Amino acid sequence: MTELVSYNEPKNVAEAPVSETATTDPIAGVDLVVLKVPPRNQCWDVWDQFKTHKGAVAGAGVFFVIVVAVVFGPFVWRVSPAYIDFTAMNAGPSWAHPFGTDQLGRDLLARMMTGGRVAIAVGLAAMIISIFLGTLIGVLTGYFKSLDGPLMRLTDLFLSLPVLPLLLVAVMLFRDAVAKILGNDLGSFTLIVSIIGVMSWMGMARIVRGEVLAVKQREFVMASRSIGTPPHRIIIRHVLPNVMSPIIVSATLGIADAIIAESVLSFLGLGFPPDFPTWGRLLYDGIEYMQVSPQLVLWPGIAISLTVLSVNYIGDGFRDALDPRLRR
Amino acid sequence: MMSEPGVLTIKPQAGPDDVLLRIIDLTLHFPTYRGVLGRQVGGIRAVDGVNLEVRRGRTLGLVGESGCGKTTTGRVILRLYDPTGGRIEFDGEDITHIQGKKLRRMRARMQMIFQDPQACLNPRMTVGSIIAEPLNEHRALKGKEKEKRTRELLDAVGLNPKFANRYPHEFSGGQRQRIGIARALALNPDFIVCDEPIAALDVSIQAQVVNLLKDLQEQFSLTYLFISHDLSMVRHLCEDVAVMYLGKVMELGPRDLIYKDPMHPYTKALLSAVPVPDPRVERARQRIILKGDLPSPANPPSGCRFRTRCPVAFDRCAAEQPAWRKVAGNRWVACHRAE
Repeated sequence: MTELVSYNEPKNVAEAPVSETATTDPIAGVDLVVLKVPPRNQCWDVWDQFKTHKGAVAGAGVFFVIVVAVVFGPFVWRVSPAYIDFTAMNAGPSWAHPFGTDQLGRDLLARMMTGGRVAIAVGLAAMIISIFLGTLIGVLTGYFKSLDGPLMRLTDLFLSLPVLPLLLVAVMLFRDAVAKILGNDLGSFTLIVSIIGVMSWMGMARIVRGEVLAVKQREFVMASRSIGTPPHRIIIRHVLPNVMSPIIVSATLGIADAIIAESVLSFLGLGFPPDFPTWGRLLYDGIEYMQVSPQLVLWPGIAISLTVLSVNYIGDGFRDALDPRLRR
Repeated sequence: MMSEPGVLTIKPQAGPDDVLLRIIDLTLHFPTYRGVLGRQVGGIRAVDGVNLEVRRGRTLGLVGESGCGKTTTGRVILRLYDPTGGRIEFDGEDITHIQGKKLRRMRARMQMIFQDPQACLNPRMTVGSIIAEPLNEHRALKGKEKEKRTRELLDAVGLNPKFANRYPHEFSGGQRQRIGIARALALNPDFIVCDEPIAALDVSIQAQVVNLLKDLQEQFSLTYLFISHDLSMVRHLCEDVAVMYLGKVMELGPRDLIYKDPMHPYTKALLSAVPVPDPRVERARQRIILKGDLPSPANPPSGCRFRTRCPVAFDRCAAEQPAWRKVAGNRWVACHRAE
């Protein structure tokens, strides 16, 4: 059938079937060789769209600056975050201490940079764990009817667990064991990240389940099944891309929650050791002295807000860029 | 010639009159549950004893009012739902309960065109990858050949091959339906279930799509099951017509006989609702207006299902289910009055 040549020959309208005359657009008559456009890589489409989202670009810029400052800053500003200087307690910003000092005279800039490393690492890692668990369980419960009951009851179980007592018990039980294997700092990092991740996937799982239930009934999933596509490929090709938006939104919000959760843990003495600075810890330590020297809470507060805000905007941009309907 | 995928190019040689798809007494009951313990209290009889024959290279129109089980029947035939009883024979082979690899291979030979052109294309995929999905899934073609085949398919359904890089939302309803048709054609199937492919399109586009389906049938020697509630379209496209009511087929026969001389009272009522484009005839046209609503498929009437709304029902209709009988002129009917 369809010799491509015959398609290009001018056809007498009276003879041609309706289907060939009525819909063809003016460019269709052009030689096919000219029309050969190589399939465009979709990553570039996404990137092009992302660039047009001003908030997302600004957010990405701010986040990049924060990450660079936090990762490489300590190599430039070589003041120890633990050095105590009683001659300069609660000092305001000066050339010696650009961000001021805390109640023990430790340099706030150095503490902010060291603390930022942990805060961002905890935020990202805990978010990745919670996205992974939430999406996995959400997709499984939404797509496979037989798993719906058991896994959703498991989700309810996790939701009903009282968080703080559970954290206390988990830290008590596992801190030493994990510290023995991974060392003190890495041990408590792993423990905190996994506790926060494991305790925060439930909301995500519920959102994803609802979306999957809706997408599963759409006809393109039916079409894919009628082709003979096995379930795991239907999920990867059709279901996951279409539930991306809520995942990204709750993931970006999750980073903020994780940073805050880490600070709560540190405040309760369950997180990192007391002398170990993190943004959340700095914030809580500073609350006592807030009226004397507001910079103690100002800097970590600003840092947390900026990180969360920039990640939110990046997420927004990504969500829009991944949706072809919003592109161009 | 079009570059056709290597799988399934061998077609059994057979006469023009033999049966490609035969459905015998097909049932599909969806169980309903109630109570705390989720006891099964009955079933929705979505498809309840359907008998059909679709002959090779021809089109069978399946008509009936909404909710009578047309779409479900189409989906059971494609094994998208597992039937609870009966037999589906495709090309002489029983496919009622096949699984795994065998089913996957069979799927390539039977495809579906969907009702809603908005919902049947994944909004996140380009048109090219939508059409190439069946080719990927069955590893039929690779690389350059696959790309070529995609372009040819777009061309075959009357779309510009350049559209392969675009997304479904950039197209109109008619164009989207063409994309769906191209996807169904990708694996060069023998049989296509058209599930109300024109119901969601406006009238000017309906004719184009129906004519496209007709052209493609000639080009690729396709067999269609055309599900529709548009009786004039069915008359235009189909050689045989089956009339369905509440999960059962009431009448099956060649188009001309059914339209000229319907035997089942339900068919008569349906046909009397079709307007005639001639004012004089139209004014004189007698309509048979059915009373009452479609009974619940969870609890169908005893005996003949249509008896509650039938204008010519008598006591035997409530007592005894009419048999599916062959009558003169190669037609089948299930009605006591037709004996």
